[in-house]
Amino acid sequence: MASEHIQPAETFSPIFGRLTLDWIPIHEPILIGTFAGVALGGLLVFALMTYFRLWVPFWKNWVTTVDHKKIGIMYMVLAFIMMVRGFADALMMRGQQAMAAGGSEGWLPPHHYDQVFTAHGVIMIFFVAMAFITGFMNYVMPLQIGARDVAFPFLNNFSLWMTVAGALLVNISLFVGEFARVGWLAFPPLSGANYSTGPGMDYYLWALQIAGVGTTLSGINMIATIVKMRAPGMKLMDMPIFTWTALITNVLIVAAFPVLTATLAMLTLDRYMDFRFFTNDFGGNAMMYVNLIWIWGHPEVYILIIPCFGIISEIVSTFSRKPIFGYRTMVWATGCIMVLSFVVWLHHFFTMGSGANVNAFFGITTMIIAVPTGVKIFNWLFTMYKGRVRLEVPMLWTIGFLVTFTIGGMTGVMLAVPPVDFQLHNTLFLIAHFHNVIIGGVVFAVFAGVTYWWPKAFGFKLDEVWGKRAFWLWFVGFYVAFMPLYALGLMGVTRRMNMYPDAGWQPYFIVAAIGALLILAGILCNFMNFYVSIRDRKQLACGNDPWDARTLEWATQSPPAPYNFPEDVNVVGREAFWQMKKENYQFSTDYQPIHMPKGTASGVIISGLALVFGFAMVWYIWWLAIASFVAMLAVGIAHTFNYHRDYYIPADEVRETESKGALA
Amino acid sequence: MYRTRNLLLAAAGAFALSGCQYDVLSPAGWVGDQQRDLLIISVLLMLIVILPVLFMSVYFPLKYRADREDTSDYDPEFEHSNKLEAVVWGVPILIIVALGYYTYVYTHRLDPYRPLDHLEAGAPVEIQAVSLDWKWLFIYPEQGIASVNELVVPAGRPINFSLSSSTVMNTLSIPALGGMVYSMAGMETKLHLIADEEGVYPGRSAHYSGPGFAGMVFDTTATSDEEFDAWVEGIRAEAGPLTRETYLALEEPSMNVPVSHYGSVEDGLFGRIVEMCVEDGKVCMGHMMMVDHNGGGGLEGVGNAAAYSYDRARTIDGFGNRIELPPMESHGGGHGSDHEALNGSGAPNALAYVLAMDPNALCSPFGTQTEKETNGI
Repeated sequence: MASEHIQPAETFSPIFGRLTLDWIPIHEPILIGTFAGVALGGLLVFALMTYFRLWVPFWKNWVTTVDHKKIGIMYMVLAFIMMVRGFADALMMRGQQAMAAGGSEGWLPPHHYDQVFTAHGVIMIFFVAMAFITGFMNYVMPLQIGARDVAFPFLNNFSLWMTVAGALLVNISLFVGEFARVGWLAFPPLSGANYSTGPGMDYYLWALQIAGVGTTLSGINMIATIVKMRAPGMKLMDMPIFTWTALITNVLIVAAFPVLTATLAMLTLDRYMDFRFFTNDFGGNAMMYVNLIWIWGHPEVYILIIPCFGIISEIVSTFSRKPIFGYRTMVWATGCIMVLSFVVWLHHFFTMGSGANVNAFFGITTMIIAVPTGVKIFNWLFTMYKGRVRLEVPMLWTIGFLVTFTIGGMTGVMLAVPPVDFQLHNTLFLIAHFHNVIIGGVVFAVFAGVTYWWPKAFGFKLDEVWGKRAFWLWFVGFYVAFMPLYALGLMGVTRRMNMYPDAGWQPYFIVAAIGALLILAGILCNFMNFYVSIRDRKQLACGNDPWDARTLEWATQSPPAPYNFPEDVNVVGREAFWQMKKENYQFSTDYQPIHMPKGTASGVIISGLALVFGFAMVWYIWWLAIASFVAMLAVGIAHTFNYHRDYYIPADEVRETESKGALA
Repeated sequence: MYRTRNLLLAAAGAFALSGCQYDVLSPAGWVGDQQRDLLIISVLLMLIVILPVLFMSVYFPLKYRADREDTSDYDPEFEHSNKLEAVVWGVPILIIVALGYYTYVYTHRLDPYRPLDHLEAGAPVEIQAVSLDWKWLFIYPEQGIASVNELVVPAGRPINFSLSSSTVMNTLSIPALGGMVYSMAGMETKLHLIADEEGVYPGRSAHYSGPGFAGMVFDTTATSDEEFDAWVEGIRAEAGPLTRETYLALEEPSMNVPVSHYGSVEDGLFGRIVEMCVEDGKVCMGHMMMVDHNGGGGLEGVGNAAAYSYDRARTIDGFGNRIELPPMESHGGGHGSDHEALNGSGAPNALAYVLAMDPNALCSPFGTQTEKETNGI
């Protein structure tokens, strides 16, 4: 026996599948504590919502809404909640590695630790980073192009709830069963039926498939919106940069996510039906999975970062009081990145033995992709040049982004050189690199964007003091947490170890743990900021244009009316709102009834059934899987018979809403 | 050029000596040295762009801040400049051309599959490394011995690794000597390293492979030729044999395995490990591919599945314990010809034939073409 612990035996009953009480982890104190916290918190929320009679408004105004603004906010809420879970995983890992030196086993056995690092990666990529950028694109893009909503509002609602269903499935795995122990990309043969027994890997597969459906549909939705629903006169080369990045990101989503869906489907078939796509025997080939998953995986990381480039572009331009430098170049450079992101995937596995010509090709293409990225950075810098730069909180995050992402990009190009990668592959240098670009790139840009667009969404600014505290703690914390990891990587230290023999490494891990605590303080300041700002919202109240901004979303009220704009805005040239301000543009007072899409419960119901379906498939509860799948189809078909999809906002109501504070 | 490089290497060396552990920056072998040189070259090339960018990222917002006294240089029309565009596209492109050149040259020079004959450094040592759950087995085919979780090599002579795995993917990583290559079941990969100096260098698996992953460590000891021979002799004299049975016993999942040795190695064992046919009654991969190449086993072959099954017997749970599954049903093949009638065609039972073949025969990557000898299929 390799270990004295044993997994619950494989049983099967027709009613419960392979679910038995043994799979409830009552012997794990950490999970019991977490469950207690979650249960108490949940009960508290339940009680408060009942006491304040919020259930009906919650259902009518949020759960069933097809308003892109509310859906965008819900994506952000999901992302912040999952960030707490993902960061808790990070703290656990840092704590374990700070202790488990030179023979000490620490406090997290491998069985648990391995789930923690897998869950950390899955949650942070799929349910934090993806949710943040989808939230931004949902909220901001339709406003920037002068539209009332996205092209397919119901699909938007459905995408949101499918993403939530995936997130819930991952969280359920914490208390019923276990999660996968294979790393966030689940390479076979380790993730195959024989080497990952138990439900964990199946939770992974179904959660990502369900969430992936949401993301793919969202991609189609937003491309259609940008292509077809721009304000009259807004040509493609007049769009704000953020809208361009949204378009390019969604093209990447639509092109790449089907690969993920297919690859996970093949692995699912391997696990459930004895197929042999990626097994060692019967002609399977695990290298195929590695290739396919990274053909998705590399565009995925560009999906994460390109909207963030857009956010930074808007903020640099607004806070430097200058138009973005080199608009055309920015668009073309981002387009280059989009295309090139599909020809670099092998750099994730130079060490799999592809031969020098293949390795050299992919190494060189990876370096080529650094050129348009660098051009964008230069263009941001030249936007600030000879501008009037306001060093407010969004700009602080932006400067943090510029510095940190640049360093991360440099280490990325180092890794792009195959022989160097032979030494640094799968070491902590790699971990430090991608956290460098994801935290420095995605997270910093997200916080910049939250601070920037919060006043638009809620009508009051975020508190500046807490905003600055959060920034400095995140910024310093990031470097304290990850610079030691670069050093460890240069010592050849591998990732994903729950303990290590060389006690000489321990000081570095301790410093990294301190950095993680600094970041924790930063996150607490973020939440404190939300609390204080909401509490003091009257003092922090602002009008529709608190930053003297340049793009069309600022022409709406803060928060925007449900219909966004009272009329179509005729756009001439770039920076539509800046032009409007120069010309002292006023919306016409000749109000018309406004055609709006109605909310619907179908999205949340189908997604809830998808959650049940996923759970049933994980536990082999076949009757429930069939029943929920049939129900999903039935509700979907029933929804097509719903002819009450729309309504009109009467002109009087529009007049009343506009009189509260339009562009007047 | 060389003088600058030597200066830089000296600087890197000084930096490394301070910690004495930065194996990537102060490696102990030619391969690692080359990789370190390339790392430094690529960093220096990139700093040409990175340093100005970092400087401007902080300098510009401060210099052009809105509340500065003199805002006469505010130029809201400045949004385009062909000259600047030429620089920001051109300089990085030139750097990438240079870096691309180095990449091409070094990637070919340091291809893990490329033997180190060009170093003129003595006769190479062949080592066949197998990653098991969760330990490393090193077979020395020329010396006829094997060791678990201990690698001893003569310093100054190339080490030619052939790598494979018994179950999941792993990577053989010895940072002080150079880079790593994946080890995968059913496949053989290669890695060529050399230890220039005597010493002890830590090695491990660098690809997560399950609950015992953290314990897959081993020391690589580079010794003089005499000490190496003495080590080999000592093992030959005292240690037990590595046969197909003892290998299968070793293959059982175990963690934090102490060093052990085998004084003799069954012929062709590594070949059988790579081809996943160490156990009796299993078809070797090369033969399976041959059968597929000739049209496959067809419907009659479905019943032979047990002979091709490999992963099922190695199923483990989340804690690293073996799960015993009932063996796959086999109702067509087997060792005898009792089921000849089922084949219908009257040809000799294909599975029995294949099982009886020498692994070094037809179609095996290890064997020579012996088509005529075996009356070919």
